[in-house]
Amino acid sequence: MDILTWTYILVGLSFALYIGIAIYTRAGSTKEFYTAGGGVSPLANGMATAADWMSAASFISMAGIIAFSGYDGSVYLMGWTGGYVLLALLLAPYLRKFGKFTVPDFVGDRYYSNKARVVAVFCALFISFTYVAGQMRGVGIVFSRYLEVDIETGVLIGMTIVFFYAVLGGMKGITYTQVAQYCVLIFAFMVPAIFISIQLTGNPIPQLGLGSTVQDGTYLLDKLDGILLDMGFQEYTSGRKSMTDVFAITLALMVGTAGLPHVIVRFFTVPRVKDARLSAGYALIFIAILYTTAPAIAAFGIYNAIETVADKPVSELPVWVENWQKTNLIVVEDVNNDGIVQYTPNPETNELRIDKDIMVLAAPEIAKLPNWVVGLVAAGGMAAALSTAAGLLLVISTSVSRDLFRTFVPSMTEKTELIIARVAAAFAVVIAGYFGINPPGFVAEVVAFAFGLAAASFFPVIIMGIFSTRMNKEGAISGMISGLVFTLAYITYFKFIAPESNSMEHWLFGISPEGIGTIGMVINFFVCYVVSKLTPPPPADVQEMIQDIRIPRGAGDAQEH
Amino acid sequence: MDNHKQKMQQYWKRNIRTLLILLAVWFIVSFGFGILLVEPLNAIKIGGYKLGFWFAQQGSIFSFVILIFVYVYRMNKLDEEFDVNEK
Repeated sequence: MDILTWTYILVGLSFALYIGIAIYTRAGSTKEFYTAGGGVSPLANGMATAADWMSAASFISMAGIIAFSGYDGSVYLMGWTGGYVLLALLLAPYLRKFGKFTVPDFVGDRYYSNKARVVAVFCALFISFTYVAGQMRGVGIVFSRYLEVDIETGVLIGMTIVFFYAVLGGMKGITYTQVAQYCVLIFAFMVPAIFISIQLTGNPIPQLGLGSTVQDGTYLLDKLDGILLDMGFQEYTSGRKSMTDVFAITLALMVGTAGLPHVIVRFFTVPRVKDARLSAGYALIFIAILYTTAPAIAAFGIYNAIETVADKPVSELPVWVENWQKTNLIVVEDVNNDGIVQYTPNPETNELRIDKDIMVLAAPEIAKLPNWVVGLVAAGGMAAALSTAAGLLLVISTSVSRDLFRTFVPSMTEKTELIIARVAAAFAVVIAGYFGINPPGFVAEVVAFAFGLAAASFFPVIIMGIFSTRMNKEGAISGMISGLVFTLAYITYFKFIAPESNSMEHWLFGISPEGIGTIGMVINFFVCYVVSKLTPPPPADVQEMIQDIRIPRGAGDAQEH
Repeated sequence: MDNHKQKMQQYWKRNIRTLLILLAVWFIVSFGFGILLVEPLNAIKIGGYKLGFWFAQQGSIFSFVILIFVYVYRMNKLDEEFDVNEK
């Protein structure tokens, strides 16, 4: 069977599975809609968290980013996994014990203030919308590349599917579809990786293959360093970014990860504090499988691409290059007409342009794997995009129905609240779809926003809320706002107002907009501390609540107000 | 009641100590070995990996996983010791 048939079959089967699960597990109460009834096992929650977290960017783009940035790509690897240590140790168990449904819930209750709650809702909505637009675009791109439909149709199909299970199933439906999506995506990611590793290094484990030798007996990484140096590029294993910037970006991504509302909310779904800790561990194992394989795919991919294309006659390029030239993801242009493909860092003489996404998307073809593997990768990319989109849509709908409506109309019945949650989810799907079809030119730029904002707003306030009994609402609100404003202003300035001066000599302490969340976080902590020292301590019942969330016993179910 | 309060304070202190030790390791394997000391460590090679590079792209992630499970184990024991575990 050809690639297209296989893709239709595998993507179709996986969609049928998701919808089936959604119908089977649809939510009947607000508790089921918000937190799956609080009865998810730690293992299932770990898988769901992994799928929730790993987006189309992790699945499709990350390996490619590492392939072209070598050591510098480590910021994503460490940044997007190290955050789970912070989550497991500093947030998840206490938020589970707190036992409400959302992050603004915690901020509002802990800081005994609806103002604080509204600021938190604003942050949660901004972060989630930014992210979900990117996911919908991802769905559209995967569709258009593999199923040969246009991006618009792809986005519409994706919207329908997400609509089905996020709106119907709520957190309960999402959780079990995410478990299925994790299985699909990890299988789809590992199969080509294992085969390429065997072909290149003879070692079936990509993590070991990356440190092994290639056919001629030299180590892969040494060889890659050598080849890249010869061609005038930087060594693969050393970076271009300054150490300060690498440090700041890594920290901002870690802290941002720990502050992302759609990830935090997953820890409300397990029965006990103990399970919250454990499921963070499971989640990181499941994530680590992909995150330790990605750098291997990256190195294999760039090595393969250079070996098979660079300095080769234009007429004798491998078949996959021709196939992917149609999508413009790889462009070969014989600028100097010598019939040979030159790959150089100089844009004027360079004749080979490779899009980062190709490292994963074309991996099965580069490795000459059977057609069904290509279909599998398509289904995996979809699973990654859909699972993250669903998690984010849930945060959006919960923020609206619970944190806004419930707070200001406390007399609302559960049934009304559930209807509002579903309408909000449906509305969010439509907005996300709109941005998927008409992406604002700055989608990639805005991701820096999402992490920077999560790092500079939520993280310090939640940490202080748990680890300091003295932190009060004045401190928290001024901290959140100053962290937020600083980070927003810095990113806006360098990304939108003066993009031409976005270079090291203009940056504050040499820190790029990607890493500025780190400074925003420090500002937030500092302002929190100073302001709370100057204002009265929180009331006694809040202090008691803090003592209570520190102790696991008595967590029980997620509590309704 | 005062006795209970004291006990809970002690529990919290022990919890914080566990956190600080584990976070120190978290910092050392990623920011330490993977970023600040990456160049000196790159002089050492394990198989085809330069050690600093290995920590940045592989070792730190493995360490993170181990850290969380050590935390789970230590906290479960601590909860039992102070009789605050969940039934």
